[in-house]
Amino acid sequence: MLAFAIRRMFQSIIVLLVVGLVAFSMFNFVGDPVDSMLGQERTDADVERVRIQLGLDQPFPVQYYKFLQGAVKGNFGISYRQGRPVSQIIAERLPATLELAFVSAVLAIIFGVALGIFTAIRRNGWAANTIMSLSLIGVSLPTFLIGILLIYIFAVELGWLSSFGRGDVVDLGWWRTGFLTKSGLLAIILPAITLGLYQMTLIMRIVRAEMLEVLRTDYIKFARARGLSKRAVNFGHALKNTMVPVITVTGMQIGSIIAFAIITETVFQWPGVGLLFINAIRFVDIPIMAAYLMLISVMFVSINLIVDLLYFAIDPRLRLDKTKG
Amino acid sequence: MSEILLKIKDLIVEFPTRRGLLRAVDKVSFEISKGEVLGIVGESGAGKSLTGAAIIGLLEPPGRIGGGEIIFDGQRIDNLSDEQMRPLRGKRIAMIFQDPLTSLNPLYRIGEQLVETIQTHLSMDNKQARIRAIELLDEVGIPAPETRIDAYPHQFSGGMRQRVVIALALAGEPDLIIADEPTTALDVSVQAQIISLLKNLCKERGTAIMLITHDMGVIAETADRMAVMYSGQIAEIGKTYDLIRNPKHPYSVGLMGSIPAIKGDVKRLVQIPGSMPRLNNIPKGCSFNPRCEKVFEPCYIKRSPLIDVGNSSVACWLYDEEYKGAKKK
Repeated sequence: MLAFAIRRMFQSIIVLLVVGLVAFSMFNFVGDPVDSMLGQERTDADVERVRIQLGLDQPFPVQYYKFLQGAVKGNFGISYRQGRPVSQIIAERLPATLELAFVSAVLAIIFGVALGIFTAIRRNGWAANTIMSLSLIGVSLPTFLIGILLIYIFAVELGWLSSFGRGDVVDLGWWRTGFLTKSGLLAIILPAITLGLYQMTLIMRIVRAEMLEVLRTDYIKFARARGLSKRAVNFGHALKNTMVPVITVTGMQIGSIIAFAIITETVFQWPGVGLLFINAIRFVDIPIMAAYLMLISVMFVSINLIVDLLYFAIDPRLRLDKTKG
Repeated sequence: MSEILLKIKDLIVEFPTRRGLLRAVDKVSFEISKGEVLGIVGESGAGKSLTGAAIIGLLEPPGRIGGGEIIFDGQRIDNLSDEQMRPLRGKRIAMIFQDPLTSLNPLYRIGEQLVETIQTHLSMDNKQARIRAIELLDEVGIPAPETRIDAYPHQFSGGMRQRVVIALALAGEPDLIIADEPTTALDVSVQAQIISLLKNLCKERGTAIMLITHDMGVIAETADRMAVMYSGQIAEIGKTYDLIRNPKHPYSVGLMGSIPAIKGDVKRLVQIPGSMPRLNNIPKGCSFNPRCEKVFEPCYIKRSPLIDVGNSSVACWLYDEEYKGAKKK
C-alpha cells in the first residue's frame, strides 16, 4: 500500500514535469509578451532591454530550468501585466474557483448518484424515463449555452438570481469566501449548476448503467433469496459494488470541473483563476498561464492519486493480503 | 408419507414476448414433504430452475407466474407481493445458486454477510450473531472459522465458498432449501463432499431440499424422490430407486440409459436423438413425440396426464388403460 502510494507519487512528479515542459514550450508560440507590454511607441533598444529583464533572451532549456527552480518554491515569477507576484494573484483568485468547483461537484455527485440509483431501481417507471430523456440535454448542450440559458431565465426574465460576479464576499485573511453572505450564496447557484450539469448527467448515467449491471449479478439474487430487505440489497450490496467505476469517473470529472471552470467563469464573469487565465492569454502573460497550467495539472494528478487510493478502501480484492491461507 | 411442506399445483411460468406468450413451465404439479429431498432432473431449459425461482418468488421479469398455485406450509404464496414474500425468503425458504464464485458479494467479509442474514431473520445482537456465524461456518466444515470469518470471498476456494453459501442459506433455519445445481460449478472431487454436507445438515435440521440438477449421480445419492422434467413439464415423478431401476417414461428410459455404469454389462450408452423443442415450437400433443421411439397415435393429439404406475406417476399414453391394447410397437 505504502509502496504503491510512493510509486504513484513518483509517477505523478514525472507527469507534472512533462506537463510543465509542454506548457512552457507552447508559450513560445502564443505571441510575444513584449509586444503587448510596450505598446506601439517602442524602440529596438526598449524591446531588447525588456527581453533581457524577463530572461527571454536565454535559451529555452535555461528558461525552463529557471521556471522549475522557482515553481518548486512556489514562486512563479512576476505577472507581466499586473507587475505583482503570480503566486499572490493566483492565491487571491483560487478561492473563488475552488468554491465554485466544490459546489458544482457536490451538486453533481449528490444528484448524479441519487438520480442514477432511482432510474436504475425504477427502470421502467415514467419518472425514471423522463429523467433519462432530460439527462440527454445535460449531456449534449455545451456549457456556455446552458449558462446563457440559465441567465436568461433566472436573471433576465425572472430576476431571481444575479448573472455575474460573486456577490459580497467575506475576507477571512487567507481566503475570501462567498459562502457567508446571502448575495454570495445566491450568486453561486447559477454558475454551479452550469458547471456541474454535464458532470451530474454523466455520473447519473454511469451510476444507472453500473447499478443495472450489478442488480443482475448472482450475489444480488442470492442476497434477495436470503430475505434481506430491499434497502439492504439496493443500498448495501448493490451500491457499494457500483461505486468502484463511479469513483474513477467522478474523480476525473472533479479535475475537469476545475479545468472547465474557465468557460463558466467567463460566462458569469466569475473572478476565479479560469477568468484570470483567459485574460492572461489575451495579454500573453506567460507567468500566469504557466502557473495556472501547473496548478491544474497538480490538481488532476492529486485527484487521480486519491482515486487510486480510494479503490483500496472500497475493494478488498486489491489489498495485498498477508493472512491468505 | 409425512406432512406436506410444499405443494405445487398446475404451475405455469410464462414469458410475454413480441410473438406471444412463451410457456417455460407448463402445468407442473408436485409436493415436497417435510424433511424430504426431491431431486429434479432434466436438460437445460426444461424449466427446472424457473420452477425453483417461481417458488421463492425471484422470477426475473418479464418472466411471471401465469397460473397455478404454490402452497407452502398451508399458505398460498404464489400471489404474494415482493414485500409479503420477503419474510419467507431465507427464513422459511432458502435458495442456493449454481456458482459459488459469484454468489457472494466480493466487497463484504463473509462474516458481515452472515451476520447480516442472521440478524435479518433472528433477533440477535451483533455479538450473538457473530457467534452464531462462527458456529455455522464450523458446521459447514470451514477450518478455523474464528479467523476465517473475517476473510473476503476471494480468499476462499470454490468448494469453500459453496460451503459459505450453504451456511448463509442455513442461517435463517429454513424449512426448505432450493438448491439450483449447487455442484455444477465445482470440481468433481469436491462435488460429493458438498452434496453430502448439504444432505447431512438438512437431515439434522429436518430441512427439505428441492435439488435441481442435471447430474443423475447426485440425485441417485441424495434424493428420496425425483422428478424428470422435459420442456416445462413433468414427464415422470416417483421414488428415486424405482425411477432409476425401472424408468417408465421413454424420456426417463433414455436419460437413465445415458448414465455410464461401472458394473454390469457393457452396453453402449444410449443417446436420445434430437434435442428438446424450442419454447416457441413445442409440438402438439406430447412434447417428446418427435424424439420418442415408442410414439403412437394419441401422442400427436393430446398430452397425457400423469398416470399412476406402481409407485411412480408417468405422463405417457403407453400406460393408459385405454391404449394398452391398441399399443403399437
